[in-house]
Amino acid sequence: MEHAHESNTKRIWIVFGLLSVITTVEVALGIIKPDFLFRGHFLSTSILNWIFIILTLVKAYYIMWAFMHLEGEKASLRWSVVAPLIFLILYLCFIVLVEGDYIYEVYKNGHLEWIF
Amino acid sequence: MGATVTTHDDHALLDGGPGPMGATYGKLMMWFFILSDALTFSGFLAAYGFSRFKFIGTWPIADEVFTHFPFLHGVDAPMYYVALMTFILIFSSVTMVLAVDAGHHLKKGKVAFYMFFTIIGGLIFLGSQAWEWKNFIKGEYGAVETKGGSILQFGKVDKEGKFERVALADFALVLPEEREQLTRNEGVWFMEESSLPSFSVNEVVEGFKAKNDLVILTEEIHDKEKVALNRTQSLARINDAKYVVEGANLVRNEYGHKLFANFFFFITGFHGFHVFTGVLINIIIFFNVILGTYEKRRSYEMVEKVGLYWHFVDLVWVFVFTFFYLV
Repeated sequence: MEHAHESNTKRIWIVFGLLSVITTVEVALGIIKPDFLFRGHFLSTSILNWIFIILTLVKAYYIMWAFMHLEGEKASLRWSVVAPLIFLILYLCFIVLVEGDYIYEVYKNGHLEWIF
Repeated sequence: MGATVTTHDDHALLDGGPGPMGATYGKLMMWFFILSDALTFSGFLAAYGFSRFKFIGTWPIADEVFTHFPFLHGVDAPMYYVALMTFILIFSSVTMVLAVDAGHHLKKGKVAFYMFFTIIGGLIFLGSQAWEWKNFIKGEYGAVETKGGSILQFGKVDKEGKFERVALADFALVLPEEREQLTRNEGVWFMEESSLPSFSVNEVVEGFKAKNDLVILTEEIHDKEKVALNRTQSLARINDAKYVVEGANLVRNEYGHKLFANFFFFITGFHGFHVFTGVLINIIIFFNVILGTYEKRRSYEMVEKVGLYWHFVDLVWVFVFTFFYLV
């Protein structure tokens, strides 16, 4: 427990500042919705959405590393928590979202109207 | 062999340690509980993503749904409120981590002080969520549902060509008709219905026909905006009206697709329940701190463990915020 006796207060406040700035940027972008980002298209969603997702992952990283103190844990613990999360979530999103998009196409091009 | 070497550490015995991977068993179990809970939430959010991709052409636009802010009536304030909620939760995470930090230095007073503010932050967040739910359930403009299950909203185009929503109450007529609410002791045996909407379909339809500037806003999204019909198309479409929908419940909601409200209630509700249990656990630990339980133990690891749970709740909110309100 090498971290037991040093104080992390300064780092905590820096991370808080970072998280606040990121959230503010997200909200500002969400309200302004700059046209080139909002209508720009990249990998089946808008560029703006990708920015939101990336900023969210940055926030998640800081919460887990600084607040939940994963940075002070052993690498084995870190990986046994983070690796299953990353792998399973990516896998789940991949199959479920591709399937959702497929069903959308079926509804759109099919001969039956479902909601009218 | 790093995992099996145990350093002699007296306090760890009471916290379920020393265990593998340089952590006590107590902390490890909290981590693996969080891992499984995170996967549960991922399942919910992925399911939300699935339904949204499935109905991508008609899904409600969050900015048009969550527009309220306390004391600002009638002001269109998308997202400010949830942003505020996010800040509250992040800040309570900060006080929590400060409590953990004070625990490492065995400063009982400081731990109690920061835990107290964490609890207050959690309660404020829960109150905010209750307010958000209240607005969502109550609704603002009202809409009608067609025979085919699609939601029609109403509005008019002002002089500058900007579309503006109009509430049902502003145009529905009051007709001399009466419709009694079906309860278990009246009419058909053991059948009842929830409260009736303020207007009948007929009153809305007649009111719509009487006002010449009103048009229908459909669920269809074209070029990132909901498509409004012109007056002629609207007059034809209004005849499909079947139900008057005000606000939201688990069956139908005025914002659009039925699943939208279901996911909203389920995901934010499940998260709110986590916040609620987090507050309860924080209160228990707070009293233990005050009573000196951890002081006697010479270890504040319990504070660290509930801290992990509390940060996790914050972490989930960060994702809910993104996928429900931003994306």
